[in-house]
Amino acid sequence: MVELEKISANIRYTLCDVSSKTSTPHLGSCLSCTDILSTLYWQVLNVEPQQPKSKDRDYFLLGKGHAASALYTTLAYRGYFPIEDLYQHGSDGSQFEEHPGIHAPAGVETVSGSLGHALSLASGMALSAKVQGLSNRFYVLMGDGEINEGTVWEAAMFAPAKQLNNLVAIVDFNKLQGTGESCEIMHLEPLDEKWRAFGWHTIRVNGHDHQALIEAFDAAQVQQQPVCIIADTIKGKGISFMENDNNWHYRIPTVDEVMMAKEELGLK
Amino acid sequence: MRNAFAAKLTELASNDDSIMLFYADIGNRLFNNLKEVAPTRTINAGIAEANMASMASGAAMMGHKPFIYTITPFTTARNFEQIKIDIAYQNQPVIIVGTGSGLSYANLGPTHHSFEDIALMRALPNMNIVCPADADELAILMPQLIALNAPCYFRIGKKNEPKVHSTLPALKFGQAYVMNPGKSVAILANGTIMPVAQQLHQELLQHGIEAELVSFHTVKPLDSTYLSNAASRFEHLITLEEHNVNGGFGSAVLEYYNEQCMAVNVHRFGIPDRFIDQVSSQHTARIKAGLDIDTIVNTLKSRQVL
Ligand SMILES: Cc1ncc(C[n+]2csc(CCOP(=O)(O)OP(=O)(O)O)c2C)c(N)n1
Repeated sequence: MVELEKISANIRYTLCDVSSKTSTPHLGSCLSCTDILSTLYWQVLNVEPQQPKSKDRDYFLLGKGHAASALYTTLAYRGYFPIEDLYQHGSDGSQFEEHPGIHAPAGVETVSGSLGHALSLASGMALSAKVQGLSNRFYVLMGDGEINEGTVWEAAMFAPAKQLNNLVAIVDFNKLQGTGESCEIMHLEPLDEKWRAFGWHTIRVNGHDHQALIEAFDAAQVQQQPVCIIADTIKGKGISFMENDNNWHYRIPTVDEVMMAKEELGLK
Repeated sequence: MRNAFAAKLTELASNDDSIMLFYADIGNRLFNNLKEVAPTRTINAGIAEANMASMASGAAMMGHKPFIYTITPFTTARNFEQIKIDIAYQNQPVIIVGTGSGLSYANLGPTHHSFEDIALMRALPNMNIVCPADADELAILMPQLIALNAPCYFRIGKKNEPKVHSTLPALKFGQAYVMNPGKSVAILANGTIMPVAQQLHQELLQHGIEAELVSFHTVKPLDSTYLSNAASRFEHLITLEEHNVNGGFGSAVLEYYNEQCMAVNVHRFGIPDRFIDQVSSQHTARIKAGLDIDTIVNTLKSRQVL
Protein backbone atom coordinates (compact mmCIF):
# COMPACT_ATOMS: atom_id res chain seq x y z
CA MET A 1 0.00 0.00 0.00
CA VAL A 2 2.88 2.30 0.80
CA GLU A 3 3.96 1.78 -2.77
CA LEU A 4 0.55 2.61 -4.22
CA GLU A 5 0.41 5.74 -2.14
CA LYS A 6 3.80 6.84 -3.41
CA ILE A 7 2.85 6.12 -7.01
CA SER A 8 -0.35 8.09 -6.58
CA ALA A 9 1.50 11.05 -5.08
CA ASN A 10 3.88 11.11 -8.04
CA ILE A 11 1.03 10.87 -10.51
CA ARG A 12 -0.71 13.75 -8.72
CA TYR A 13 2.39 15.89 -8.93
CA THR A 14 2.87 15.18 -12.64
CA LEU A 15 -0.80 15.96 -13.26
CA CYS A 16 -0.32 19.40 -11.68
CA ASP A 17 2.91 20.05 -13.51
CA VAL A 18 1.58 18.99 -16.92
CA SER A 19 -1.57 21.01 -16.35
CA SER A 20 0.47 24.08 -15.48
CA LYS A 21 2.93 23.74 -18.36
CA THR A 22 0.45 22.76 -21.07
CA SER A 23 -2.66 24.62 -19.82
CA THR A 24 -4.64 21.42 -19.46
CA PRO A 25 -7.87 21.92 -17.48
CA HIS A 26 -9.86 19.41 -15.39
CA LEU A 27 -7.18 18.96 -12.75
CA GLY A 28 -9.75 18.49 -9.96
CA SER A 29 -11.43 15.77 -12.03
CA CYS A 30 -8.09 13.99 -12.50
CA LEU A 31 -7.03 14.12 -8.85
CA SER A 32 -10.39 12.69 -7.88
CA CYS A 33 -9.80 9.40 -9.72
CA THR A 34 -6.02 9.04 -9.30
CA ASP A 35 -6.25 6.41 -6.56
CA ILE A 36 -8.84 4.39 -8.47
CA LEU A 37 -6.59 4.36 -11.54
CA SER A 38 -3.42 3.46 -9.65
CA THR A 39 -5.23 0.62 -7.88
CA LEU A 40 -6.58 -0.68 -11.18
CA TYR A 41 -3.31 -0.46 -13.12
CA TRP A 42 -1.01 -1.82 -10.41
CA GLN A 43 -3.26 -4.31 -8.62
CA VAL A 44 -6.26 -5.31 -10.68
CA LEU A 45 -6.01 -5.14 -14.46
CA ASN A 46 -4.39 -7.93 -16.39
CA VAL A 47 -2.32 -5.71 -18.69
CA GLU A 48 1.21 -5.67 -20.03
CA PRO A 49 2.56 -2.24 -20.94
CA GLN A 50 5.04 -3.79 -23.37
CA GLN A 51 2.22 -5.59 -25.14
CA PRO A 52 -0.65 -3.16 -24.86
CA LYS A 53 -2.71 -4.99 -27.48
CA SER A 54 -2.35 -8.51 -26.05
CA LYS A 55 -5.48 -10.51 -26.76
CA ASP A 56 -6.20 -11.61 -23.23
CA ARG A 57 -5.84 -8.20 -21.64
CA ASP A 58 -8.41 -6.54 -19.43
CA TYR A 59 -9.95 -3.39 -20.82
CA PHE A 60 -10.22 -0.10 -19.01
CA LEU A 61 -12.59 2.51 -20.46
CA LEU A 62 -12.56 6.08 -19.25
CA GLY A 63 -16.10 7.42 -19.42
CA LYS A 64 -15.21 10.83 -18.03
CA GLY A 65 -12.93 11.60 -20.95
CA HIS A 66 -12.16 15.11 -19.71
CA ALA A 67 -9.92 13.38 -17.13
CA ALA A 68 -7.77 12.06 -19.97
CA SER A 69 -4.67 13.43 -18.32
CA ALA A 70 -5.22 11.12 -15.34
CA LEU A 71 -5.31 8.13 -17.68
CA TYR A 72 -2.31 9.25 -19.76
CA THR A 73 -0.26 9.92 -16.63
CA THR A 74 -1.17 6.59 -15.04
CA LEU A 75 -0.21 4.78 -18.24
CA ALA A 76 3.10 6.66 -18.39
CA TYR A 77 4.00 5.71 -14.80
CA ARG A 78 2.96 2.13 -15.52
CA GLY A 79 5.50 2.05 -18.34
CA TYR A 80 3.43 2.36 -21.51
CA PHE A 81 5.44 5.36 -22.73
CA PRO A 82 7.91 7.88 -21.29
CA ILE A 83 6.64 10.36 -18.70
CA GLU A 84 8.25 13.23 -20.66
CA ASP A 85 5.85 12.53 -23.53
CA LEU A 86 3.02 13.84 -21.37
CA TYR A 87 4.31 17.35 -21.87
CA GLN A 88 3.20 17.21 -25.51
CA HIS A 89 -0.35 17.37 -24.20
CA GLY A 90 -2.57 19.46 -26.45
CA SER A 91 0.08 20.59 -28.92
CA ASP A 92 -0.39 20.32 -32.68
CA GLY A 93 0.04 16.73 -33.84
CA SER A 94 0.14 15.33 -30.30
CA GLN A 95 -1.21 11.89 -29.42
CA PHE A 96 -2.27 13.35 -26.09
CA GLU A 97 -5.40 15.26 -26.93
CA GLU A 98 -7.54 16.96 -24.34
CA HIS A 99 -10.03 14.17 -24.82
CA PRO A 100 -8.68 10.81 -25.96
CA GLY A 101 -8.95 10.58 -29.75
CA ILE A 102 -8.18 7.86 -32.27
CA HIS A 103 -4.47 8.76 -32.22
CA ALA A 104 -4.10 8.21 -28.48
CA PRO A 105 -1.25 5.87 -27.53
CA ALA A 106 -1.83 2.16 -27.12
CA GLY A 107 -3.32 1.51 -23.72
CA VAL A 108 -6.15 3.97 -24.33
CA GLU A 109 -8.88 1.68 -25.56
CA THR A 110 -11.56 4.01 -26.92
CA VAL A 111 -12.28 7.60 -27.82
CA SER A 112 -13.89 9.54 -25.00
CA GLY A 113 -15.03 13.08 -24.24
CA SER A 114 -18.73 12.92 -24.89
CA LEU A 115 -20.02 11.73 -21.54
CA GLY A 116 -22.13 8.63 -21.19
CA HIS A 117 -20.78 6.40 -23.96
CA ALA A 118 -18.34 4.16 -22.12
CA LEU A 119 -20.67 1.91 -20.14
CA SER A 120 -22.56 1.10 -23.33
CA LEU A 121 -19.35 0.44 -25.29
CA ALA A 122 -18.07 -1.79 -22.49
CA SER A 123 -21.39 -3.63 -22.28
CA GLY A 124 -21.07 -4.44 -25.97
CA MET A 125 -17.48 -5.59 -25.48
CA ALA A 126 -18.39 -7.68 -22.46
CA LEU A 127 -21.31 -9.27 -24.30
CA SER A 128 -19.18 -10.03 -27.34
CA ALA A 129 -16.46 -11.54 -25.15
CA LYS A 130 -19.00 -13.77 -23.40
CA VAL A 131 -20.53 -14.93 -26.66
CA GLN A 132 -17.03 -15.83 -27.88
CA GLY A 133 -16.08 -17.51 -24.62
CA LEU A 134 -13.25 -15.04 -23.95
CA SER A 135 -11.96 -14.34 -20.46
CA ASN A 136 -11.21 -10.59 -20.71
CA ARG A 137 -12.70 -8.33 -18.09
CA PHE A 138 -14.01 -4.80 -18.67
CA TYR A 139 -13.75 -1.84 -16.30
CA VAL A 140 -15.47 1.50 -16.81
CA LEU A 141 -14.89 4.67 -14.83
CA MET A 142 -17.69 7.24 -14.85
CA GLY A 143 -18.18 10.61 -13.21
CA ASP A 144 -21.16 11.24 -10.95
CA GLY A 145 -22.21 13.94 -13.42
CA GLU A 146 -21.70 11.61 -16.32
CA ILE A 147 -24.31 9.25 -14.92
CA ASN A 148 -26.91 11.99 -15.50
CA GLU A 149 -26.94 10.67 -19.05
CA GLY A 150 -29.86 8.40 -19.88
CA THR A 151 -27.68 6.00 -21.86
CA VAL A 152 -25.88 5.06 -18.65
CA TRP A 153 -29.13 3.78 -17.20
CA GLU A 154 -30.04 2.01 -20.43
CA ALA A 155 -26.80 0.05 -20.13
CA ALA A 156 -27.44 -0.34 -16.41
CA MET A 157 -30.64 -2.23 -17.22
CA PHE A 158 -29.11 -4.24 -20.04
CA ALA A 159 -25.93 -5.60 -18.45
CA PRO A 160 -27.61 -7.45 -15.55
CA ALA A 161 -30.21 -8.86 -17.93
CA LYS A 162 -27.37 -10.61 -19.75
CA GLN A 163 -25.45 -11.39 -16.54
CA LEU A 164 -22.37 -9.59 -17.74
CA ASN A 165 -20.26 -10.53 -14.74
CA ASN A 166 -17.14 -9.65 -16.72
CA LEU A 167 -18.13 -5.98 -16.41
CA VAL A 168 -17.28 -3.60 -13.57
CA ALA A 169 -18.60 -0.03 -13.44
CA ILE A 170 -16.92 2.43 -11.10
CA VAL A 171 -18.58 5.73 -10.22
CA ASP A 172 -16.16 8.47 -9.15
CA PHE A 173 -18.62 9.94 -6.67
CA ASN A 174 -16.96 13.26 -5.80
CA LYS A 175 -20.31 15.08 -5.38
CA LEU A 176 -19.39 17.78 -7.89
CA GLN A 177 -19.95 18.07 -11.62
CA GLY A 178 -19.38 20.84 -14.18
CA THR A 179 -21.31 23.71 -12.64
CA GLY A 180 -22.53 22.56 -9.27
CA GLU A 181 -23.23 19.87 -6.72
CA SER A 182 -24.18 16.53 -8.19
CA CYS A 183 -26.78 15.69 -5.56
CA GLU A 184 -28.53 19.04 -6.02
CA ILE A 185 -28.61 19.04 -9.82
CA MET A 186 -29.97 15.48 -9.92
CA HIS A 187 -31.42 13.25 -7.23
CA LEU A 188 -28.57 10.75 -7.01
CA GLU A 189 -28.70 9.29 -3.52
CA PRO A 190 -28.94 6.61 -2.37
CA LEU A 191 -26.71 5.85 -5.32
CA ASP A 192 -25.63 2.38 -4.22
CA GLU A 193 -29.25 1.37 -3.66
CA LYS A 194 -30.09 2.53 -7.17
CA TRP A 195 -27.48 0.35 -8.84
CA ARG A 196 -28.43 -2.54 -6.59
CA ALA A 197 -32.07 -2.16 -7.60
CA PHE A 198 -30.97 -2.20 -11.24
CA GLY A 199 -29.44 -5.63 -10.69
CA TRP A 200 -25.78 -4.85 -10.08
CA HIS A 201 -23.71 -6.30 -7.26
CA THR A 202 -22.89 -2.98 -5.64
CA ILE A 203 -20.08 -2.08 -3.27
CA ARG A 204 -19.58 1.36 -1.75
CA VAL A 205 -16.01 2.29 -0.76
CA ASN A 206 -13.74 5.18 0.05
CA GLY A 207 -12.24 5.88 -3.37
CA HIS A 208 -8.97 7.07 -1.89
CA ASP A 209 -8.36 3.99 0.27
CA HIS A 210 -6.26 1.67 -1.85
CA GLN A 211 -6.80 -1.32 0.44
CA ALA A 212 -10.57 -0.88 0.38
CA LEU A 213 -10.50 -0.51 -3.39
CA ILE A 214 -8.45 -3.69 -3.80
CA GLU A 215 -10.92 -5.60 -1.64
CA ALA A 216 -13.82 -4.29 -3.69
CA PHE A 217 -12.16 -5.27 -6.97
CA ASP A 218 -11.34 -8.70 -5.54
CA ALA A 219 -14.96 -9.19 -4.54
CA ALA A 220 -15.98 -8.13 -8.04
CA GLN A 221 -14.11 -11.09 -9.55
CA VAL A 222 -16.44 -13.71 -8.12
CA GLN A 223 -19.93 -12.37 -8.81
CA GLN A 224 -22.61 -13.73 -11.09
CA GLN A 225 -23.79 -10.24 -12.02
CA PRO A 226 -22.09 -7.11 -13.24
CA VAL A 227 -20.51 -5.13 -10.41
CA CYS A 228 -20.81 -1.46 -9.60
CA ILE A 229 -18.32 0.16 -7.25
CA ILE A 230 -19.48 3.47 -5.86
CA ALA A 231 -16.27 5.20 -4.87
CA ASP A 232 -16.75 8.14 -2.53
CA THR A 233 -14.08 10.60 -3.58
CA ILE A 234 -13.00 14.20 -3.23
CA LYS A 235 -12.58 16.38 -6.30
CA GLY A 236 -9.06 17.81 -6.19
CA LYS A 237 -7.96 15.15 -3.65
CA GLY A 238 -4.47 15.48 -2.26
CA ILE A 239 -3.93 19.20 -2.73
CA SER A 240 -5.62 21.06 0.13
CA PHE A 241 -6.39 24.22 -1.81
CA MET A 242 -7.96 22.26 -4.66
CA GLU A 243 -10.07 19.86 -2.61
CA ASN A 244 -13.81 20.35 -3.10
CA ASP A 245 -13.22 23.63 -4.93
CA ASN A 246 -14.92 23.25 -8.30
CA ASN A 247 -12.97 26.13 -9.79
CA TRP A 248 -10.34 23.44 -10.40
CA HIS A 249 -12.65 21.87 -12.94
CA TYR A 250 -11.20 24.52 -15.28
CA ARG A 251 -8.39 26.35 -13.47
CA ILE A 252 -4.73 25.95 -14.41
CA PRO A 253 -2.21 26.04 -11.53
CA THR A 254 0.57 28.60 -11.51
CA VAL A 255 4.19 27.55 -11.09
CA ASP A 256 4.01 28.50 -7.40
CA GLU A 257 0.88 26.45 -6.91
CA VAL A 258 2.61 23.45 -8.45
CA MET A 259 5.45 23.88 -5.94
CA MET A 260 2.97 24.07 -3.08
CA ALA A 261 1.24 20.95 -4.39
CA LYS A 262 4.56 19.12 -4.55
CA GLU A 263 5.28 19.96 -0.95
CA GLU A 264 1.85 18.86 0.22
CA LEU A 265 2.32 15.57 -1.60
CA GLY A 266 5.50 15.02 0.39
CA LEU A 267 7.71 14.94 -2.69
CA LYS A 268 11.13 16.51 -2.97
CA MET B 1 -20.26 35.38 -27.66
CA ARG B 2 -21.47 33.20 -24.82
CA ASN B 3 -21.11 36.17 -22.47
CA ALA B 4 -23.15 38.29 -24.86
CA PHE B 5 -25.73 35.51 -24.98
CA ALA B 6 -26.00 35.38 -21.18
CA ALA B 7 -26.20 39.18 -20.91
CA LYS B 8 -28.88 39.51 -23.58
CA LEU B 9 -30.88 36.64 -22.15
CA THR B 10 -30.79 38.27 -18.72
CA GLU B 11 -32.06 41.50 -20.21
CA LEU B 12 -34.82 39.79 -22.17
CA ALA B 13 -35.88 37.54 -19.28
CA SER B 14 -36.21 40.47 -16.91
CA ASN B 15 -38.84 41.96 -19.23
CA ASP B 16 -40.55 38.76 -20.28
CA ASP B 17 -41.69 36.27 -17.64
CA SER B 18 -42.16 33.53 -20.17
CA ILE B 19 -38.48 33.20 -21.07
CA MET B 20 -36.84 30.17 -19.53
CA LEU B 21 -33.37 28.68 -19.80
CA PHE B 22 -32.39 25.04 -19.58
CA TYR B 23 -28.63 24.43 -19.62
CA ALA B 24 -26.82 21.11 -19.45
CA ASP B 25 -24.23 21.66 -16.70
CA ILE B 26 -22.16 24.02 -18.79
CA GLY B 27 -21.14 27.65 -18.26
CA ASN B 28 -19.79 27.96 -14.74
CA ARG B 29 -21.04 31.30 -13.34
CA LEU B 30 -22.16 32.38 -16.83
CA PHE B 31 -25.79 32.55 -15.76
CA ASN B 32 -25.35 34.05 -12.30
CA ASN B 33 -27.06 37.30 -13.27
CA LEU B 34 -29.88 35.47 -14.97
CA LYS B 35 -30.36 33.37 -11.83
CA GLU B 36 -30.88 36.57 -9.88
CA VAL B 37 -33.41 37.95 -12.30
CA ALA B 38 -35.19 34.68 -12.98
CA PRO B 39 -34.29 32.10 -10.32
CA THR B 40 -37.17 29.74 -11.09
CA ARG B 41 -36.63 30.01 -14.83
CA THR B 42 -32.90 29.21 -14.87
CA ILE B 43 -32.67 25.45 -14.79
CA ASN B 44 -29.57 23.27 -14.73
CA ALA B 45 -30.95 20.20 -16.47
CA GLY B 46 -27.86 18.16 -15.69
CA ILE B 47 -25.72 16.33 -18.21
CA ALA B 48 -28.83 14.93 -19.84
CA GLU B 49 -29.31 16.71 -23.12
CA ALA B 50 -31.96 14.45 -24.60
CA ASN B 51 -34.17 14.90 -21.57
CA MET B 52 -33.45 18.63 -21.67
CA ALA B 53 -34.72 18.99 -25.25
CA SER B 54 -37.98 17.21 -24.54
CA MET B 55 -38.47 19.07 -21.25
CA ALA B 56 -38.05 22.37 -23.07
CA SER B 57 -40.73 21.33 -25.53
CA GLY B 58 -43.00 20.43 -22.64
CA ALA B 59 -42.41 23.81 -21.02
CA ALA B 60 -43.19 25.47 -24.35
CA MET B 61 -46.47 23.56 -24.53
CA MET B 62 -47.35 25.12 -21.18
CA GLY B 63 -46.63 28.65 -22.35
CA HIS B 64 -42.95 29.23 -21.70
CA LYS B 65 -40.44 30.37 -24.32
CA PRO B 66 -37.55 28.06 -23.51
CA PHE B 67 -33.93 28.18 -24.57
CA ILE B 68 -31.74 25.09 -24.34
CA TYR B 69 -28.04 25.68 -24.07
CA THR B 70 -24.87 23.61 -24.08
CA ILE B 71 -21.83 22.83 -26.26
CA THR B 72 -23.05 22.46 -29.85
CA PRO B 73 -22.75 18.70 -30.49
CA PHE B 74 -24.57 17.94 -27.24
CA THR B 75 -27.43 20.33 -27.97
CA THR B 76 -27.94 19.20 -31.57
CA ALA B 77 -26.64 15.70 -32.22
CA ARG B 78 -26.89 14.02 -28.81
CA ASN B 79 -30.59 14.88 -28.60
CA PHE B 80 -31.45 14.99 -32.27
CA GLU B 81 -34.51 12.79 -32.21
CA GLN B 82 -35.99 14.70 -29.29
CA ILE B 83 -35.52 17.87 -31.33
CA LYS B 84 -37.08 16.27 -34.40
CA ILE B 85 -40.24 14.99 -32.74
CA ASP B 86 -40.80 17.16 -29.69
CA ILE B 87 -39.57 20.50 -30.98
CA ALA B 88 -39.76 20.47 -34.80
CA TYR B 89 -42.69 18.17 -35.55
CA GLN B 90 -44.82 19.51 -32.71
CA ASN B 91 -43.67 22.96 -33.78
CA GLN B 92 -42.80 24.29 -30.33
CA PRO B 93 -41.04 27.63 -29.88
CA VAL B 94 -37.83 26.31 -28.37
CA ILE B 95 -34.59 28.10 -29.18
CA ILE B 96 -31.75 25.61 -29.37
CA VAL B 97 -28.45 27.33 -28.63
CA GLY B 98 -25.20 25.68 -29.65
CA THR B 99 -22.20 27.34 -28.07
CA GLY B 100 -18.65 26.82 -29.32
CA SER B 101 -19.90 25.76 -32.73
CA GLY B 102 -17.75 24.60 -35.64
CA LEU B 103 -14.13 24.37 -34.60
CA SER B 104 -14.33 26.84 -31.69
CA TYR B 105 -13.36 24.08 -29.26
CA ALA B 106 -10.68 22.88 -31.66
CA ASN B 107 -8.26 21.50 -29.08
CA LEU B 108 -10.99 19.53 -27.31
CA GLY B 109 -11.19 17.19 -30.30
CA PRO B 110 -13.96 15.76 -32.47
CA THR B 111 -16.26 15.05 -29.51
CA HIS B 112 -16.54 18.80 -29.04
CA HIS B 113 -16.50 19.87 -32.70
CA SER B 114 -19.68 20.35 -34.64
CA PHE B 115 -19.69 20.66 -38.35
CA GLU B 116 -22.70 18.48 -39.01
CA ASP B 117 -25.17 20.53 -36.98
CA ILE B 118 -26.45 22.82 -39.74
CA ALA B 119 -26.97 19.81 -42.01
CA LEU B 120 -28.97 18.07 -39.28
CA MET B 121 -31.10 21.10 -38.51
CA ARG B 122 -31.65 21.94 -42.18
CA ALA B 123 -33.23 18.54 -42.64
CA LEU B 124 -35.93 19.28 -40.07
CA PRO B 125 -39.16 20.85 -41.30
CA ASN B 126 -40.29 23.88 -39.23
CA MET B 127 -36.75 24.60 -38.05
CA ASN B 128 -35.21 28.07 -38.47
CA ILE B 129 -31.43 28.40 -38.46
CA VAL B 130 -29.48 31.52 -37.51
CA CYS B 131 -25.72 31.82 -37.15
CA PRO B 132 -24.52 35.23 -35.90
CA ALA B 133 -20.98 36.31 -36.76
CA ASP B 134 -20.19 38.13 -33.53
CA ALA B 135 -21.64 39.37 -30.24
CA ASP B 136 -23.36 42.34 -31.89
CA GLU B 137 -25.13 40.17 -34.43
CA LEU B 138 -26.14 37.82 -31.63
CA ALA B 139 -27.69 40.59 -29.54
CA ILE B 140 -29.55 42.10 -32.49
CA LEU B 141 -30.95 38.81 -33.75
CA MET B 142 -31.92 37.19 -30.45
CA PRO B 143 -35.12 39.17 -29.79
CA GLN B 144 -36.19 38.53 -33.38
CA LEU B 145 -35.88 34.79 -32.81
CA ILE B 146 -38.11 34.97 -29.75
CA ALA B 147 -40.64 36.91 -31.82
CA LEU B 148 -40.73 34.09 -34.38
CA ASN B 149 -42.45 31.91 -31.81
CA ALA B 150 -41.21 28.84 -33.68
CA PRO B 151 -38.45 26.21 -33.43
CA CYS B 152 -35.09 27.81 -33.96
CA TYR B 153 -31.46 26.76 -33.96
CA PHE B 154 -29.07 29.52 -32.85
CA ARG B 155 -25.46 28.61 -33.67
CA ILE B 156 -23.03 30.74 -31.72
CA GLY B 157 -19.29 30.91 -30.96
CA LYS B 158 -17.32 30.67 -27.75
CA LYS B 159 -15.62 33.80 -26.49
CA ASN B 160 -13.53 36.69 -27.81
CA GLU B 161 -14.76 36.44 -31.38
CA PRO B 162 -13.53 39.57 -33.18
CA LYS B 163 -16.10 42.31 -33.66
CA VAL B 164 -16.93 42.38 -37.37
CA HIS B 165 -19.06 45.54 -37.69
CA SER B 166 -17.80 49.07 -36.99
CA THR B 167 -21.35 50.29 -36.31
CA LEU B 168 -24.33 48.29 -35.17
CA PRO B 169 -25.82 46.65 -38.27
CA ALA B 170 -29.57 46.73 -38.96
CA LEU B 171 -29.86 42.97 -39.25
CA LYS B 172 -33.17 41.33 -40.01
CA PHE B 173 -33.91 37.66 -39.47
CA GLY B 174 -34.05 35.93 -42.84
CA GLN B 175 -32.31 38.71 -44.75
CA ALA B 176 -28.75 38.70 -46.01
CA TYR B 177 -26.91 41.77 -44.76
CA VAL B 178 -24.62 43.55 -47.21
CA MET B 179 -21.59 44.86 -45.34
CA ASN B 180 -19.71 46.14 -48.38
CA PRO B 181 -21.50 46.48 -51.70
CA GLY B 182 -19.45 45.33 -54.67
CA LYS B 183 -19.48 43.87 -58.14
CA SER B 184 -18.45 40.78 -60.11
CA VAL B 185 -17.73 38.67 -57.00
CA ALA B 186 -19.76 38.25 -53.82
CA ILE B 187 -18.48 36.71 -50.61
CA LEU B 188 -21.33 35.21 -48.60
CA ALA B 189 -20.16 34.38 -45.10
CA ASN B 190 -22.12 32.44 -42.52
CA GLY B 191 -21.41 32.88 -38.81
CA THR B 192 -18.11 33.12 -36.99
CA ILE B 193 -15.95 32.58 -40.07
CA MET B 194 -16.63 36.24 -40.96
CA PRO B 195 -13.12 37.51 -40.05
CA VAL B 196 -11.69 35.17 -42.70
CA ALA B 197 -14.25 36.52 -45.18
CA GLN B 198 -13.12 40.05 -44.33
CA GLN B 199 -9.51 39.05 -44.97
CA LEU B 200 -10.57 37.57 -48.28
CA HIS B 201 -12.39 40.77 -49.12
CA GLN B 202 -9.16 42.73 -48.57
CA GLU B 203 -7.18 40.23 -50.58
CA LEU B 204 -9.56 40.57 -53.53
CA LEU B 205 -9.26 44.36 -53.34
CA GLN B 206 -5.52 43.95 -53.80
CA HIS B 207 -6.27 42.00 -56.94
CA GLY B 208 -8.44 44.86 -58.13
CA ILE B 209 -11.72 43.13 -57.36
CA GLU B 210 -14.26 45.07 -55.36
CA ALA B 211 -16.20 42.15 -54.02
CA GLU B 212 -19.50 42.38 -52.20
CA LEU B 213 -19.24 41.17 -48.61
CA VAL B 214 -22.37 39.73 -47.06
CA SER B 215 -23.23 38.47 -43.59
CA PHE B 216 -25.54 35.58 -44.43
CA HIS B 217 -26.58 34.83 -40.86
CA THR B 218 -29.87 33.08 -41.61
CA VAL B 219 -29.50 29.70 -43.31
CA LYS B 220 -33.13 28.73 -43.04
CA PRO B 221 -35.23 30.27 -44.45
CA LEU B 222 -32.68 31.21 -47.07
CA ASP B 223 -32.88 34.76 -48.44
CA SER B 224 -34.02 33.86 -51.95
CA THR B 225 -34.57 37.50 -52.95
CA TYR B 226 -30.91 38.26 -52.39
CA LEU B 227 -29.76 35.07 -54.09
CA SER B 228 -31.98 35.50 -57.08
CA ASN B 229 -30.66 39.02 -57.71
CA ALA B 230 -27.11 37.92 -57.03
CA ALA B 231 -27.31 35.40 -59.85
CA SER B 232 -27.36 38.19 -62.42
CA ARG B 233 -25.19 40.68 -60.52
CA PHE B 234 -22.11 38.51 -59.99
CA GLU B 235 -19.86 36.27 -62.01
CA HIS B 236 -18.77 34.33 -58.96
CA LEU B 237 -20.30 33.63 -55.57
CA ILE B 238 -18.07 32.47 -52.74
CA THR B 239 -19.64 30.85 -49.70
CA LEU B 240 -17.74 30.51 -46.42
CA GLU B 241 -18.75 28.58 -43.32
CA GLU B 242 -17.17 26.69 -40.44
CA HIS B 243 -19.19 23.58 -41.19
CA ASN B 244 -18.83 20.52 -43.36
CA VAL B 245 -18.73 21.82 -46.91
CA ASN B 246 -21.49 19.32 -47.62
CA GLY B 247 -24.91 19.85 -46.15
CA GLY B 248 -24.47 23.33 -44.76
CA PHE B 249 -24.92 26.88 -45.94
CA GLY B 250 -23.03 26.53 -49.23
CA SER B 251 -25.05 23.46 -50.07
CA ALA B 252 -28.26 25.36 -49.36
CA VAL B 253 -27.17 28.07 -51.82
CA LEU B 254 -26.35 25.49 -54.50
CA GLU B 255 -29.64 23.71 -53.98
CA TYR B 256 -31.51 26.96 -54.32
CA TYR B 257 -29.91 27.78 -57.67
CA ASN B 258 -30.41 24.24 -58.86
CA GLU B 259 -34.11 24.37 -58.06
CA GLN B 260 -34.41 27.69 -59.90
CA CYS B 261 -32.48 26.29 -62.87
CA MET B 262 -30.03 29.17 -62.54
CA ALA B 263 -26.44 28.53 -63.57
CA VAL B 264 -24.19 30.35 -61.12
CA ASN B 265 -20.52 29.83 -60.27
CA VAL B 266 -20.67 28.98 -56.60
CA HIS B 267 -17.38 28.32 -54.81
CA ARG B 268 -18.01 26.65 -51.49
CA PHE B 269 -15.50 26.83 -48.66
CA GLY B 270 -16.03 24.85 -45.50
CA ILE B 271 -14.55 21.92 -43.64
CA PRO B 272 -13.73 18.99 -45.93
CA ASP B 273 -15.50 15.72 -45.27
CA ARG B 274 -13.09 14.39 -42.66
CA PHE B 275 -12.61 14.65 -38.90
CA ILE B 276 -10.16 17.30 -37.70
CA ASP B 277 -8.05 16.26 -34.73
CA GLN B 278 -4.64 16.69 -33.09
CA VAL B 279 -4.88 20.47 -33.19
CA SER B 280 -3.99 22.98 -30.50
CA SER B 281 -6.24 25.88 -31.48
CA GLN B 282 -9.03 27.05 -33.74
CA HIS B 283 -6.36 28.74 -35.84
CA THR B 284 -4.41 25.56 -36.54
CA ALA B 285 -7.66 23.62 -36.93
CA ARG B 286 -8.76 25.99 -39.69
CA ILE B 287 -5.42 25.58 -41.42
CA LYS B 288 -5.72 21.80 -41.17
CA ALA B 289 -9.22 22.08 -42.65
CA GLY B 290 -8.02 24.35 -45.48
CA LEU B 291 -10.24 27.10 -44.15
CA ASP B 292 -7.49 29.70 -43.96
CA ILE B 293 -6.93 32.67 -46.20
CA ASP B 294 -3.93 31.21 -48.09
CA THR B 295 -5.68 28.01 -49.05
CA ILE B 296 -8.83 29.85 -50.07
CA VAL B 297 -6.90 32.34 -52.24
CA ASN B 298 -4.92 29.54 -53.90
CA THR B 299 -8.09 27.63 -54.67
CA LEU B 300 -9.71 30.73 -56.15
CA LYS B 301 -6.59 31.31 -58.28
CA SER B 302 -6.66 27.76 -59.55
CA ARG B 303 -10.27 28.31 -60.56
CA GLN B 304 -9.37 31.55 -62.33
CA VAL B 305 -11.55 33.65 -60.08
CA LEU B 306 -8.45 35.70 -59.29
C1 LIG C 1 -22.39 14.60 -23.41
C2 LIG C 1 -21.59 15.65 -22.74
N1 LIG C 1 -22.21 16.73 -22.21
C3 LIG C 1 -21.49 17.70 -21.63
C4 LIG C 1 -20.12 17.64 -21.57
C5 LIG C 1 -19.32 18.77 -20.97
N2 LIG C 1 -18.74 18.38 -19.67
C6 LIG C 1 -17.45 18.01 -19.56
S1 LIG C 1 -17.01 17.59 -18.01
C7 LIG C 1 -18.56 17.91 -17.42
C8 LIG C 1 -18.88 17.66 -15.98
C9 LIG C 1 -18.60 16.24 -15.60
O1 LIG C 1 -18.89 15.98 -14.27
P1 LIG C 1 -18.54 14.58 -13.63
O2 LIG C 1 -18.94 13.48 -14.52
O3 LIG C 1 -19.11 14.57 -12.25
O4 LIG C 1 -16.95 14.57 -13.58
P2 LIG C 1 -15.98 15.28 -12.54
O5 LIG C 1 -16.78 16.06 -11.55
O6 LIG C 1 -15.23 14.19 -11.90
O7 LIG C 1 -15.11 16.14 -13.37
C10 LIG C 1 -19.40 18.37 -18.46
C11 LIG C 1 -20.79 18.76 -18.30
C12 LIG C 1 -19.51 16.51 -22.16
N3 LIG C 1 -18.18 16.38 -22.18
N4 LIG C 1 -20.25 15.54 -22.72
